[in-house]
Amino acid sequence: MSTTQLLRLATAGSVDDGKSTLVGRLLYDTKSVLADQIDAVTRASVDKGLTTPDLSLLVDGLRAEREQGITIDVAYRYFATPARSFVLADTPGHVQYTRNTVSGASTAQLVILLVDARKGVISQTRRHAAVLALLGVPRLLLAVNKIDLVADAATVYAEISAEFTALTRALGWSEDAVQTIPVSALNGDNVVNRSEHTPYYDGPTLIEHLEQVPVDAEPHRVGLRMPVQYVIRPRTAEHPDYRGFAGQVAAGTVSPGDEVVVLPSGVRTTVLRVDTPDGELATAEVGRSVTLVLAEEVDASRGDLIASPADAPVPVSELEATVCWLAEAPLRPGARLLIKHGTRTTQAIASTIVERFDEQALSAVPTPDTLALNEIGRVSIRTAEPLAVDDYALNRRTGSFLLIDPVQGNTLAAGLVGDALSKVELNATLV
Amino acid sequence: MSTLDALESEAIHIFREVAGEFERPVILFSGGKDSTLLLHLAIKAFWPAPVPFALLHVDTGHNLQEVLDFRDMVVAKHNLRLHVAKVQDYLDDGRLQERPDGIRNPLQTVPLLDGIAEGKFDAVFGGARRDEERARAKERIFSLRNAFGQWDPKRQRPELWNLYNGRHAPGEHVRVFPLSNWTELDVWRYIAQEKVELPSIYYAHQREVFLRDGMWLTEGPWFSAREDEEVRTLSVRYRTVGDGSCTGAVESTAADVQAVLDEVAASRVTERGATRADDRVSSAAMEDRKREGYF
Repeated sequence: MSTTQLLRLATAGSVDDGKSTLVGRLLYDTKSVLADQIDAVTRASVDKGLTTPDLSLLVDGLRAEREQGITIDVAYRYFATPARSFVLADTPGHVQYTRNTVSGASTAQLVILLVDARKGVISQTRRHAAVLALLGVPRLLLAVNKIDLVADAATVYAEISAEFTALTRALGWSEDAVQTIPVSALNGDNVVNRSEHTPYYDGPTLIEHLEQVPVDAEPHRVGLRMPVQYVIRPRTAEHPDYRGFAGQVAAGTVSPGDEVVVLPSGVRTTVLRVDTPDGELATAEVGRSVTLVLAEEVDASRGDLIASPADAPVPVSELEATVCWLAEAPLRPGARLLIKHGTRTTQAIASTIVERFDEQALSAVPTPDTLALNEIGRVSIRTAEPLAVDDYALNRRTGSFLLIDPVQGNTLAAGLVGDALSKVELNATLV
Repeated sequence: MSTLDALESEAIHIFREVAGEFERPVILFSGGKDSTLLLHLAIKAFWPAPVPFALLHVDTGHNLQEVLDFRDMVVAKHNLRLHVAKVQDYLDDGRLQERPDGIRNPLQTVPLLDGIAEGKFDAVFGGARRDEERARAKERIFSLRNAFGQWDPKRQRPELWNLYNGRHAPGEHVRVFPLSNWTELDVWRYIAQEKVELPSIYYAHQREVFLRDGMWLTEGPWFSAREDEEVRTLSVRYRTVGDGSCTGAVESTAADVQAVLDEVAASRVTERGATRADDRVSSAAMEDRKREGYF
């Protein structure tokens, strides 16, 4: 009955460029905010001595955020139009919270990057764009906010738009993957309602773009990938011999009759059925949780990867990866860690820090001593068990991993297999 | 995939991750629509095998009988194990004291944490959704709680891709929210699509109610109408199920799932704003309760 699609998006931008106000405006103008929430914001705004409701109060949910008037942590927002449902990760702009931008953007199909029209493309914009390029975010939307506050808006918008387009082309996005829109989040210009104050702009409003942008923007670059999450063995009277491999399709598709290989063992077999509680599927696509019944009794368990034999990754015990360091204590060469890739967690040693990425210069610093909080670098990693990894540029799911503190259990880093970093640097040098 | 297909697949993925990584998970189950949906998704995640988790209910002693009956029916139907932690036991032996306002929702925290500790549960599924409340909007899908069950919003782990980190020290546990990305409307659309059975009080029925603080409350062992409050028989339904002393009904004639769906889609008030007294206490009421160990 419901056939609307889901678009996952995130916001990014620097402090005080109006992200919370933009998100509040999106919720308000799509009528996703209900009367009691508006009442609460209106009361709080009056208490603060404001004459109009402060829409940012709709989204800044923590005590400390309201006290300081800033966003500290990622918050998730939900809104819908007749065309689509949206899950929005609203991320903080403070430099020290860049790790939250990484979190918000890791699952995003589109990121709304904000700039203040009075300031234009600043170093933080370049930093964010570089991080988003690394993470392989398929589409960008640049909201040139506070456009009502600049004198020659048409010229300012054209200049910012041109500079941003050049930057994003250098970072690897194609022209049709990037949209720029002049907006005023405070007044609602071009967010949901078309503005009369921007006659120089004839493109879509922000919400129109979000409704129309292709969702399936990540092309199929690899065949089937499905990490085995759990082996389903009922051992009940009705299902004495049932043995199914449960997982979520991470790339490609899977159908009955498909030949598959189980990694790291390399055993080949054929898919007998693609089971769901609602019946068998003729084909399961990316993102679908299914249970595969295989033709032969193969030895497979949680942590293994079921893949298409044609382009299956070769399991490796040494790999090079780009990591975003997310912890207070820095990474030092030789650190003993846990690596979580797909459904497998194993021990790892970060043997060498090959280079550190300087996001301001968009260039590399070779063999640094450490990688500190929010720094990005290229690292050589050895693992205790072989991992069937893909290059992150080929597949976000099988190309990503976490580094975890083996004692504290904290997530230390976001990892991207392969040379994502060098591509960003190489492209950026062409600016 | 449609929105509902995507949300269902995500929830099933989360259930299977927890089954694969934790020793003793438990599903918090009140018989309300969110926990009933949670159970429905858990059943789908492990089909055709049984759900590999027990259920835990914190009974405030102020629950509507229809909901308790529904809870017991569901447990029997699916052959599940149910643990019940009773607020009343704590009041009886003096470990907790009744509040002056008679509201028992805040009293649930201690029995909940004791229930988690006694069951040695290391992962606790909750039906909370991030669209419910501003503090909930900050919640991760895997949310680490310390030995006191406390949530620290400034020390949350980043949550990247669909790689959930469930590592925790002995005594700590992880709260897991598979419905994080669902909205109230998604929940009702899915209930309609899957024909999920719910307690009867979610649909319009005649009930004796009285108006207090703008909410239609029902009389029960917890309280009666005061002299100045008129008891009337109205057609009402509940949007949320919770402690009877602080959960109100709304006037409604929506007697089936399609009518409820239409009503929810047209509503201009959130379910909590409409029917939960305890969320009105302060603008940080939910955040404060979560810091204490509440969901």
